[in-house]
Amino acid sequence: MSKQSKGNILGAFKAIASHQLFIPILALVLLAVVNLIVDPSFFEIKDVTNNAGYMVKSGALITILDYGSELAILAIGMTLVTAASGGQDISVGATIAIAGSAMLRVLCGGNSRPDTIQAPIIVAFLVACIVGMLCGAFNGMLVSIFKIQPMIATLILFTAGRSIAAWINNNELPIVPDPKFAYFGGFIPGIPIPTTVFIAAICIIIIALVLKFTNLGLYTQAVGINESSSRLNGINPTFIKFLSFVILGLCVAVAALIKVSRLSTINYSVIAKDIEMDAILAVALGGNALSGGKFNIWASILGAYVIQFLTTTLYKFNVPSDALAAYKAVVVIILVVFSAPKAREYMEMFVKKLNPGRKEAA
Amino acid sequence: MKEKNKFNIFEKMNDTNLLLTITIVIFFLMYIGAVLFQGGGFSKPQMFFNILNANAALIITACGMSIVMISGGIDISVGGVVALVSMCCAVYLDKTNSPNILVSMLIAVGIGLLYGLVQGFLVAVLDIQPFIVSLAGMFFARGMTTIVNTAPFNVENQAFVALKDTRVNVPFLGSYNKKGIYVPAYIEIGVIVALLIVILLFVVLKWTKLGRSFYAVGGNRQSALMMGINVRRTKFLSHLICSTLAGIGGYVYFLHVGSGSASHAMGMEMNAIASSIIGGTLLTGGVGNIIGTFFGVLSLSTIQNIVASAGLDEAWWTGITIAAMLCIFLLIQSVVMAQKKKAIKT
Repeated sequence: MSKQSKGNILGAFKAIASHQLFIPILALVLLAVVNLIVDPSFFEIKDVTNNAGYMVKSGALITILDYGSELAILAIGMTLVTAASGGQDISVGATIAIAGSAMLRVLCGGNSRPDTIQAPIIVAFLVACIVGMLCGAFNGMLVSIFKIQPMIATLILFTAGRSIAAWINNNELPIVPDPKFAYFGGFIPGIPIPTTVFIAAICIIIIALVLKFTNLGLYTQAVGINESSSRLNGINPTFIKFLSFVILGLCVAVAALIKVSRLSTINYSVIAKDIEMDAILAVALGGNALSGGKFNIWASILGAYVIQFLTTTLYKFNVPSDALAAYKAVVVIILVVFSAPKAREYMEMFVKKLNPGRKEAA
Repeated sequence: MKEKNKFNIFEKMNDTNLLLTITIVIFFLMYIGAVLFQGGGFSKPQMFFNILNANAALIITACGMSIVMISGGIDISVGGVVALVSMCCAVYLDKTNSPNILVSMLIAVGIGLLYGLVQGFLVAVLDIQPFIVSLAGMFFARGMTTIVNTAPFNVENQAFVALKDTRVNVPFLGSYNKKGIYVPAYIEIGVIVALLIVILLFVVLKWTKLGRSFYAVGGNRQSALMMGINVRRTKFLSHLICSTLAGIGGYVYFLHVGSGSASHAMGMEMNAIASSIIGGTLLTGGVGNIIGTFFGVLSLSTIQNIVASAGLDEAWWTGITIAAMLCIFLLIQSVVMAQKKKAIKT
């Protein structure tokens, strides 16, 4: 059957459709077409003057790139964790709150309304990185050494995270006085593109280089596919799993920098709320098996931007933010159903039943 | 010699009983500790019944969650379903002409059934990961709740309020208040429903073919298939039961709070999962017990009450202590299971 159809259009289409990037790209194209039909001004990019008085680019596409960056950064780490451990980290939102809170504590030095920042921004960021990696290491330890399922192990930080974040700053909401701190989540004067886009790009380049020049990707897949056989091949699965969680912790710290910088302050119960779900969806939309094993980091990153595209589109249609979730769920279910191998099988059988003469004709 | 004896006990017990015993022992130690060190409220039986009253809905949803987890899946949509059910029932009872309590119950169960049918179909027939399906389910339920009605409101339907305030007195366990008047201990109707469901599910899981097939499918899907169990049907039924119980739990929750709000039952799915785990259900499937889940809910809410009555009522302490307890339980489980494996090997 496959030999016969190879070479003709149907076969070519099947080959494309089975590629991992097909679903996210198809979703992206569909969303773009819907927007183009309903309101072509969606794609306009205008030059506007922002609050600080600089000329910046503005438009829905810029918004998507801007607000999609945290998600894309998280998707990188989440993909590695998913591939290595066959589970997901549901504590990323809470860990963002912890890392962000630690960052503010260092910047404001315990005083919630300082006149100047108490430490250089880079120091605060490094502290946040260490805190993020420690949280990742905690999760990683539970998963790799104590062999607790990832979703359950991270449930601990998921429950405690926002409380710990509030505790770090004595439940106060410090405000960072330095306008420079807002650059990371906004614009650097003179550059019309949001800084977050560059941060996301840097992260993506770094992970691309790491995957290209080290065996991390190969080892992660090996551990995810079969832990025992990877151990027999001389890979240390415990370490690889642990490492993937620490990398996710680093991604979380970067996302926390962006999130906190957007507001120059923090709201413990709201910051990065439900972002773990979006990050997991990004991985799933990218066609990565949530049970671990083979992964494609590009598909996940693309998946992250698809989710942001969807969110922005829904906002454009004046969907209230509370009801957003219902529409998102419908879209997600449709996408997941179409990408499920079983559903494809059923559809193929259905098509065959509809026109049984097709095979002979081909 | 003593060491050897200990291992013998480990060998004799199966996974389910071992984890169940740990949970029950820890719960009693915790409660006795609370009575000894905090006294006051904890020594009164009503404190215990209050825990039951406040957590009847959680008990029901956690039971459903355990069944899904035993058969190797997960359902994180239950909190959303509870919120959706209470909102729909509240709107029905308050904003329509001549509402009927029985119809509102049917609405609750109907929403649960519908959810179970869709999620079960997606998981069992289309083979999509349950986590993703129920994640979308949660989003959908939360979103739908605000679409049905945005503002939270109290239900003032008289028949409903009467039902909500119905209290069942527990004989012999009352206490005397400061004036020396006897105050009987009471439970709400929801608790009776919850206890009935616990007993029913215990019997189903222990002694029926369906119950055993949940364990078989969760333990090893391949061998369950070879044994001639209809894996697809079992998975479908596990999700159907879980969502239906979430619907019933939603009504019990609604009966307890008496209002509809989009922020109801926030994070209930996580509490249900945590209770199941504390009760000894393994997320990998095949191991678990309804009685354990029941004690899991009790442990979880006891610790909450201890934290609250210890004066650590700054909001963050609750989160941190629950997490710490979860962590301890998980570590104990992990260590005990590892010990057991070693003991069996040698």
